[in-house]
Parts: sequence; structure tokens; C-alpha cells
Amino acid sequence: MNLPLLSILTWLPVIGGIVVMLIGDRPVVLARWVALAVSLAALGFSVPLWSHFDAASAALQFVERTAWVPTLHSDYHLGIDGISLPLIVLTTFSTVLVIIASWSVIEKRPSQYYAAFLIMEGLMVGVFSAADALLFYVFWEAMLIPMFLIIGIWGGARRIYATIKFFLYTFLGSVLMLVALIYLYLKAGSYDLAALYELPLSRPEQTLIFLAFFAAFAVKVPMVPVHTWLPDAHVEAPTGGSVILAAIMLKMGGYGFLRFSLPITPDAAHQLDWLVIALSLIAVVYIGLIALVQTDMKKLIAYSSIAHMAFVTLGCFVGYEIVAVTGSAAGETLALSGAMVQMISHGLVSGALFLCVGVLYDRLHTRDIGAYGGVINTMPYFGAFMVLFGMANAGLPGTSGFVGEFMIVLASFRANFWFAAVAALTLITGAAYTLWLIKRVVLGPVANEGVASLKDLNGREFLVLGVLAIAVIAMGVYPKPLTDVMEPTLRHLVQLMSVSKL
Amino acid sequence: MNQILANSLTLASPEIVLACGASLVLLVDAFLTDRQRGISYLLSMVTLALTAVVVASLPEGRNVGFSGMFVVDGVARFLKLAACGTVAAVLLYSRDYLRIRGLFRGEYFVLALFATLGIFVIVSAGSLLSLYMGIEVLALSQYALVAFDRDSSIAAESAMKYFVLGAIASGALLYGISLVYGVSRTFDLAQLAVFVQLGGASNIGLLFGMAFMVAGIAFKFGAVPFHMWVPDVYHGAPTSVTMLVGSAPKFAYFGLILRVLGEGLGGAVAEWQGMLIVLAVLSIAIGNVVAVAQTNLKRMLAYSTISNVGFILLGILAGTSAGYRGALFYTVAYVLMALGSFAMILLLSRKGFEADRIEDFRGLAQHRPWFAWMMLFLMASTAGLPPFVGFFSKLYVIQAVLDVGLTWLAVVAVLFSVVGAFYYLRVIKAMFFETAAGEVVVEASPSFKFLLSLNALSVLALGLWSGPLSDAIAKAFH
Repeated sequence: MNLPLLSILTWLPVIGGIVVMLIGDRPVVLARWVALAVSLAALGFSVPLWSHFDAASAALQFVERTAWVPTLHSDYHLGIDGISLPLIVLTTFSTVLVIIASWSVIEKRPSQYYAAFLIMEGLMVGVFSAADALLFYVFWEAMLIPMFLIIGIWGGARRIYATIKFFLYTFLGSVLMLVALIYLYLKAGSYDLAALYELPLSRPEQTLIFLAFFAAFAVKVPMVPVHTWLPDAHVEAPTGGSVILAAIMLKMGGYGFLRFSLPITPDAAHQLDWLVIALSLIAVVYIGLIALVQTDMKKLIAYSSIAHMAFVTLGCFVGYEIVAVTGSAAGETLALSGAMVQMISHGLVSGALFLCVGVLYDRLHTRDIGAYGGVINTMPYFGAFMVLFGMANAGLPGTSGFVGEFMIVLASFRANFWFAAVAALTLITGAAYTLWLIKRVVLGPVANEGVASLKDLNGREFLVLGVLAIAVIAMGVYPKPLTDVMEPTLRHLVQLMSVSKL
Repeated sequence: MNQILANSLTLASPEIVLACGASLVLLVDAFLTDRQRGISYLLSMVTLALTAVVVASLPEGRNVGFSGMFVVDGVARFLKLAACGTVAAVLLYSRDYLRIRGLFRGEYFVLALFATLGIFVIVSAGSLLSLYMGIEVLALSQYALVAFDRDSSIAAESAMKYFVLGAIASGALLYGISLVYGVSRTFDLAQLAVFVQLGGASNIGLLFGMAFMVAGIAFKFGAVPFHMWVPDVYHGAPTSVTMLVGSAPKFAYFGLILRVLGEGLGGAVAEWQGMLIVLAVLSIAIGNVVAVAQTNLKRMLAYSTISNVGFILLGILAGTSAGYRGALFYTVAYVLMALGSFAMILLLSRKGFEADRIEDFRGLAQHRPWFAWMMLFLMASTAGLPPFVGFFSKLYVIQAVLDVGLTWLAVVAVLFSVVGAFYYLRVIKAMFFETAAGEVVVEASPSFKFLLSLNALSVLALGLWSGPLSDAIAKAFH
């Protein structure tokens, strides 16, 4: 197996997307099938990626490296480790689902819709596999354009406001990261991530670089108080856009913390971990309460995403406190793998919930919770799926939602009882807003004529939700394959984090 | 003696070819009827092509002619080739636009060729006098070009503004030159550099003169606070003239600032760096912020030019060779994007319809998806988004600024580029998210469409693979 798998995974969808766009909407069937074929091929190529991955090693694997911009000493350097691999598979997996889910729903320029998602897929894989900081940045920013178009063209009523807000927020965060990356390049003489990991930095330098990275990643995650773009973007985006946004784009923030902030500026991360932990805990409680009062289903799930992603940031940064209290790094690894599991799980669960909302929206064209009630009477299969994903969102044991949250709460206990106590409040708020949503939408008597006329899932929708349900339960019952893949990489990361660069 | 003269003439052969060609066009055009005007166009193109060939065949390395008045080095050759290509592209782009409006006249070609000659003289100047001569040749051609549509009162008004303000700037520049000459007793840039090295940098008279020269150069570039003419000229001139004024002369001004500040006053970098910082920050800030308020695309692009000039100055003010290279890379990228953006306006314009408002681009993605994507490439690139060339050009200049320790300046620049992103997004928004009020008509010729596509795709290609361009620039500075 000497195929350049990572390049294939990056460029096949991009080229496929361009082909789909050139095919155009006449006939739309052809564009649709080509799009599906490309996304399935990408998923297919990620199978050997997983099976040939050496889970015992923390080193970069499937490495590809050629000179790219010689004057900037930047290489086309791809490679993955245990952090990137699950996220890449999540990306290829979600894209297939998104394309199937939007099979006959999109009426306006459908070929461009599929093309945008395929191009996004390639760029996202590029983000997760870039081992060169400049290449990473190029993929990271290039993604903004297709997402901007997805929300702006196929979104809801206030889509233009939402998409420009999304773009400017993320762009503002990113440019500061760019300045930090250039600064690092000038000191290290290379954009290679491995070189940046070894670069000694003084404390003021680390603090400023950390804050610049923080601006980029905190916006993407998103963390309170820079989260306000997310509810708007989620609500206005088409279903597929929301799924990709929630399932993958938010993960890039967490990925950035793990890939850049922690190993490049470990001392500043240690010094400023209180900031991240505080913001995360605030988000868990405050955003949980905000989610409770939402009347729009998508907005509710969007806020729930912010609360769940706060667990990821908590898991990423609570490690320093654990080491300070217990003196051992074991809890740190637990917290980090909890953060990773939470990211993957949230990718599946929030994606599934957005798809559920999409299913309802396609039928009644409203996302207002008040317009529904007793859906389970007319849509029993759908009701069952929605209840399952709701439970997973609330962190019910046996679903994937439980695993990550449990690991992070467990690890937080070792650092400080109150961290864990506040974080565990999510079990109450999360259950409250999710179950209340389920109660108002799915359960009870049929609320109105619209609901009475609903038709249950068609085969396509059943397939998409069914696959996600299997994944959610499998991860909840047996997360070991996932944690095993990440373990050595996270151990290595903990080592990098604990070595002072001063 | 004859040998020396022959050498000098050889070095100046591109200028001689160009001047002869321009005169020939002027002469031939007098005998042509309106229907034969294509001959002038062809002759101009041939002149530019011939000139480019002659430039390419000049001897390698740095050569000096006319007792130091005239310099041909890698940078000069690079800038001349770039200017030839740009002017040729402008002529091709503007052919239909001019013809439809009854402006397809020989003067346009003659003036464009003389403007090119001015550019050539500026970038090859070895002395402040030859430099000034080039500036005037270029400036006078541009004044006349802006007023070229003589029935348009708005064009006449903007030409008047341009001329009056330009004359003041030329005066300031000339005053600065005379002060510098008074102190250093030389017009020669190489000798001036020696004078500055030997302690002239602290001479108050020299600094005084330098300040006037910087002001004059800033006016030519259109840097804030000397930018007032830019929006009016860009807006008032016929679009094809705006395209010419907004593209190729940037190469000349880059050459101008490089020759004067980089070479002649290179030893006084600490003194002029502060002035350029003020100009750059103001240009980036005001250019980007005011552009947000524009509804006219030509005016918006004018303010965008101002902010881009600020970025070019960022590269220059670093005062390092990496900075100059970055600034040249930026200039090339900017000219490509400006050419493409104005060409998009030309593409959509037709008789009685200028297509120069942002709303004229509404619904383009629906009716002409290909060109909507081309415009998206151009706008995203100008906004500095990867993977387009505009991103790398910003990267190079910001890197140069960080390298000399001006971190705050880099942060200011990138923050204002976020503001800038907003108004480029507005164009994309109009094209992709809104629907057209009427029908979208594209009447351009196949060669126009081909060149425009090539132009926009090169913005993407040079971003994905910027090696060849940065190598060529590195070689030019070698």
C-alpha cells in the first residue's frame, strides 16, 4: 500500500466537487450520483487509513512531503497521528451522510450544493492532516469560502446576516493566528510543526502567541463570549451545513488547541489554563440555561453544542491542574482522551439531531418547537431515533455522549472538586433542555393538523439516521477501539505539554 | 566614446523601440478611417510585444548607461516586462468597451504607449533627473487619458482634479529633489547613496528634502493622506482608463520608491521608515474603512487600492531585501487582481450601461456562474484569503514587517484586512445570494473572456503554486 492516501483524501473530494459543479444541474441526477460516488470513494479510502494505522505509535504516519513554497521554507507536508485519524474518518463519514440526507431536498442549484460539500470535505481533511503550519492555515482559511456560500445561498431568511457574521468572526480570529505563525516561522526558520514544537520561547512570547492562537480556536470551538456567531449560523444554515458545522468545523477549534496551543506554548497554556477552564465552566452552566429557553429547535441544539464543546476545552486544559494536584500525568491523558471522545461523539450526536430537525423541517417548514407535539404518533420510527439521539445528547450511559463527559468529569475530580461539580451540572441542564425538547416535540398527543399529516421516515432518511444510531450506540458501549488509537499520541502530547520551553 | 554611447543606446533599446512604435501609431492613425482603427490597435500590440522581446534580450546583471542616468538591472527588466504584459492586457480588455462608446481612437493607444514609456524610464532611472522625466511622461499621459472621454463632464472633472493635485505633488517632489541636490550636490542615485552612507543621513537639509520626496511619491501611489484624487479619478475615468491607471503604473511607482528610498536614500532607512509607517497605517485603515461605505464598485476598488498601497508600503518600510521582494510580489499580485476586477466591470458593461455599481453584479452566479466564480476568485484573493495569491502577497509583507520587529504594525494590518474582507464579501454576496433585477447580458468577445478567465485562474494558480513567481522575483533582485 504505497498510495498517497492523505493526498487522495484531500484532493479527490475537491476535484470531485469541481467535476460535479461542471456537470451542473442538467441532469441533476448525474451530479447527485457523482457526488455520492466521490464521497463514498473518500469514505472507502479512509478504511485503509484506519486499518493500516499503527495504533502503537505516536509518530506521524502516512507521511507525504514535497517542497511547496521554497522561499517560505514551507512544505506540502501531510501526516496523521491518533488525534487526526478519528477526525478524518468522522469527516468522510459525515459528508456521505450529508449528501444522502440532502438527496432530493435541495431545489436551488443542487449541483453546486453537493460541490460545496465535497470541496469542504477535502479542505477539512487537509486541515486535519497538515503537518506544516502554513499548509494548515491555507486549508483552515480556504474552508471559509465554501461554508460562506453554503449558508448564504441555501440558508434561511436571515442567512446573509448569519453568513457574514460567521465569516468575519472566524476570519478575525484566524488572522491573529497567522501573525503568530509568521512570528514562529521567523524564529524557527520553518513552518514545519515538529520544528515549532522544539522551539524555545520566552514567557511573554508564549503568552502573546497563546492568546493569538486562542483567538482563532476559541472562536471556532466556540467558547463564551465569542460564541454568538454559532446560533445564527446554525439556525440559518441548510441542514447539511449545520451538520458539517457542528460535526466537524467546531472540532477544528479543539483540534487546534491539541495541535498548536498545548505543544507550542505549553508554559503559557499552563499559566492561562484558569482562563480556559473558567470560560468552559461558565459555558457549561450559562449556555445550558440559555438552551433551556429556546423556542427554535436548531437554536436549542446550537446552544447545546456550545455547552458540549465547553467540555472539550475543559478536557484539554484541566490537565495542568491535575498534574499540579496529583503530581502524575495519568489523569491528564484521561482528560485529553475524554476531550477527543467528546469531540467525536458530539460530531455524531449533534449531526444526528440536526438531521432530525431537517427531517421535520422538510415536512412542515418550521423549526418552531411550538409548531410540533406528539410527532411520535404519526412518525414512530422517527420518534424513536429522536429520543435516542436526545438521550445521547443528555449523556445517557450506553450512548457515546456519556463516555466523553464521564471521562472529563472523572479527570476534573482529580484537579479540583468544584471543577467536576460545576461540569457535572451539565447532566442536569443537558437532560433538562434535551428531554424538554423531546417532550414538547416528540411525545404527547398530536398537537395540530400539520403534525397529524406527517409521514414517517422514508428509506433514505431511515438509512442516514440508522447508521448514526449504530455509531452512537457502538461508541457508547465499546469506545475502546477509539481510545486505543489515540492513546499513544495523547501520551506523547502530555510529554510535550510537560516540558517547559522557557 | 562612440563605444560608450553605443552601449548606452543598446541598454535603452527597449525605450527607443517603444518611443518609435508610439510615434508610428500616432502617424499611421492620422491616415486611418474609423473602421480601420484596428490597425492602430494591432500596431500598438506589436510595439509592446517587440519591446518585451528587446527587454528580454538585454544583457544580464546590472548595467549603467548615459553616465549613470540610466540603469538596467534585474528589477528594471522584471518591471518592464510586467508593464508590457499589463498594458497589452489592458488594451485587449478595453477594445470592445471603447468601440461601443465611440472612444476607439488612436490617441488612446498612443497615450497608453507613452505611459508605458514613462514607466520604463522611471524603473530604469539612475538619477533623480531621469526619474523626474519619467514621472512627468507617465503623469501627463495619464491626465490626458482620464479626460479622454471628452463628452463626459465627470471625466473632465476628475482629470482636472488629477492634474491640479498631480502638479502640486510633482512640485513637492521636485522641491524635495532640489533640496537633496543642494545638500548632496548630486542627482546621481549611486552617489547620493554614498553621501548618505558617509553621514549625510543626519543632515537636516537632506531629511527636509526627503520628506517632500516621500510626500510626492505617496501622492503618486495614492497613499493616505495624499489619496484624495484616487476615488474621483477611478470613478470618473472611463473604466478602461481606470484599469490602465490602476494597474501598470503601480510597477513604476514601486520602481520609483525602490530607486529613491531603497537605493538613493537606503542609508537613511531609520529616517524614512517612520514616515512610511504613518502612511501605511493610515492607508490601510482609511482605505479599508471608507471602502465599506461605497456602493459604486469603481470607487470601492479605488479605496481598496489605497489599502493595498498601504500593504505595499509595509514591505518597503521594512527596508530589507526580503521586504522589497515581498513588496514586488505584492505589486504583481495586486496588478493581476486589479486587472481582473476591472475587466469584470468591462465584461458586464454594454452600451449605455457601465455595470460599475455593486448591485449590477446581483444574480451573476445564476446567469453566468463561470464569471461569478472568476469574480469570487478575484475578490477572495484581494481580501487576502488563501489559497489565492493575495494571501501570499500579504504573508510576504507581514513577514517582512515582523522580521524587523514591528509586531504591532503587523497586527494592525491584519485587523484592518478583516474590515476589508467585509466589502469584498459584499460583492460575492451580490453575485451569489441575490437575484438580478433585469437580465444579465455578456457581449464580450471570446478573446476577452479567455483572457479574463486566464487572469482570474492565475490568481488561484499562483496561490497554490507561488514558487515560480517568487523565484523570478528573487532572481530579479539577485
